[in-house]
Amino acid sequence: MWLYYTRLAWLSLKRHPLLSLLMSGAIALGIGAAMTTITINYLMSADPIPEKSDRLFYVQLDNWSPNEPYDEPNEPPDQLTYTDATALKAQAPAQLQTAMAQSNGVIEPQGLGKEPFLARLRLTHNDFFTMFNSPFLYGQGWSDSADESGDRRIVLSKAANEEIFAGENSVGRTVRLEGKEFRVVGVLDEWVLKPRFYDVTTGAFNEMEDAYLPFKLKETMELPNSGNTNCWKMPEGEGFKSFLTSECVNFQFWAQLDSTQAKQEYMSFLNAYVEEQKKLGRFPRPLNNRLTDVMGWMEHENVVDDDAEVMMYLSLMFLAVCLLNTIGLLLTKFSFKTGEIALRRAVGATRMQLYQQQFVETVLIGIAGGIGGLILAALGLLGIEYLYGEQVNDLASLNLPLLGIGIVLAIISSVLAGAYPTWRTCRIPPASQLKSE
Amino acid sequence: MLVMNNITKVFRTETVETHALKQFSLTVNEGDFVAVTGPSGSGKTTFLNIAGLLESFDDGEYTLDGRSVKHLNDKQLSQLRNEKIGFIFQSFNLIPDLNLFDNVDVPLRYRKLSKAERKERIEHSLDVVGLANRMRHLPSQLSGGQQQRVAIARALAGNPLFLLADEPTGNLDSKMADSVMSLLEDINQTGTTIVMVTHDLSQAERAHRHIQVLDGQVTEQQLSKPELATVNA
Repeated sequence: MWLYYTRLAWLSLKRHPLLSLLMSGAIALGIGAAMTTITINYLMSADPIPEKSDRLFYVQLDNWSPNEPYDEPNEPPDQLTYTDATALKAQAPAQLQTAMAQSNGVIEPQGLGKEPFLARLRLTHNDFFTMFNSPFLYGQGWSDSADESGDRRIVLSKAANEEIFAGENSVGRTVRLEGKEFRVVGVLDEWVLKPRFYDVTTGAFNEMEDAYLPFKLKETMELPNSGNTNCWKMPEGEGFKSFLTSECVNFQFWAQLDSTQAKQEYMSFLNAYVEEQKKLGRFPRPLNNRLTDVMGWMEHENVVDDDAEVMMYLSLMFLAVCLLNTIGLLLTKFSFKTGEIALRRAVGATRMQLYQQQFVETVLIGIAGGIGGLILAALGLLGIEYLYGEQVNDLASLNLPLLGIGIVLAIISSVLAGAYPTWRTCRIPPASQLKSE
Repeated sequence: MLVMNNITKVFRTETVETHALKQFSLTVNEGDFVAVTGPSGSGKTTFLNIAGLLESFDDGEYTLDGRSVKHLNDKQLSQLRNEKIGFIFQSFNLIPDLNLFDNVDVPLRYRKLSKAERKERIEHSLDVVGLANRMRHLPSQLSGGQQQRVAIARALAGNPLFLLADEPTGNLDSKMADSVMSLLEDINQTGTTIVMVTHDLSQAERAHRHIQVLDGQVTEQQLSKPELATVNA
């Protein structure tokens, strides 16, 4: 029977092509707008590392001013000082943990016609690559000893390796960065994290770094700060060393803690560490250390912008308006069918069978509207990508689950829109229609 | 087969009550060809709608094929309509997008019949009305008389207990009307009961029984000429 209904629905849609087009178009517009904003919100709030997001914890210590919190009501700073980052790496009880900071420096590729370029750098420990499942195309991360001694080792992104070595396996070769030779130990494969959760303080949707260096080089090469640096009191003295020993925060810290017990032990360590520091005259505020997992950290840092959420709700309201229009159009369309419906009632169709017939028709309209809506959403996302550029690259795209959501949303919308017209049409007394036909 | 006893039907609005049928009683037996006439507003269409289970009634008793219909639900009424009654309307009520085959198929779709059985019934019905060779045509490609023949084929396809015809020739010229009446007579000859509402007294006379309705009541019943001849003989 459902095949019969589908055939009837198709014939009915063909009978009034303009009305059918208007209905599908109204749904398509609503779905297009809704799916554009839903896609952005969905991808912004998606778990960037689902296999271990509940085991990776961002570390916060409250070294801020005794007079006011870093942020109301009593938020600790969202980064650490160099002193604390290096101390935690050396002493904290996690098998995998890494401090990190963003920096930049000029890379000078060797060879004719190759221009030096300013590279985005991430200073980190070798645990970084294991913790965040970085995919390697060639080689691997540097050794523990390189971390400790600050050897000049470098891991290149795929794009940087293309730029410097034309994509060849460059492991063992040297790269000139900030006037110094670095040995390439690894080249990453294509690696795009949206959001780039490990450092949202420098923009959750910024591009990934060009190269990764041992964290200690921050100190030995005096690499410049990048991103947000916040201080509640000025460094004592002048120069780079005084910045590193100051209460200024510019460093991120992550630990992988595989069990609740490990997390508890780690927190105990943090508390003990801060208590020790208090004895040295630091950490004037009450204990306020935090361990936050990946999704919690994304939420805390408002990775999904409030404006994006407002836009999503507005677009859903627009969808509702489109549905109201569709209801009107369906009422018109079904008014043309009262004769047929009355006839079917007369020859033995139950109300339920007629509901089913109309239901199939509204579903077909929904599918057509859904497909149209997804095309509009794809165009909308292209527009957003065009407007916002690199910041939303890879975000502004529809994946398979989103395509499914779009179609389901369209079908639900059309069925909702069709409910009242269908009910109304099927309740019309057949006798009056048959006589007046 | 069709027994109505003291049927009452009142149409109510906020200010007006219209008594469409008052103590309306009628019995139609198997094989009858009954013509129902009466002036506009007399209640004959209301009678036909109630007889066809398209409208409910307020009081009285209606038994169809031995079954009281008063307390049946929508599904049961639909099933009765589908299995026992064939409708023929003044304006044919064919579905314009469907070809003749699919139009005749409409009532059969609401029965659990195999595809082969449906096909056989459709082809047979169209053959009876002389349109078997045009079953892939659309209604718009036919004359009015031919369209009414398709409607008759649709009514016949379900092998109903009786046909209810509401002004079946009302939209046809006299030649086509005569042809349709001849077809109805032929169908009745094969044993199918027919109840026909009409304004046309000459056509009413071609039925076996002629019932006149006035103010919602049967005022006169008479045997038509052919039937009288049979009785006299």
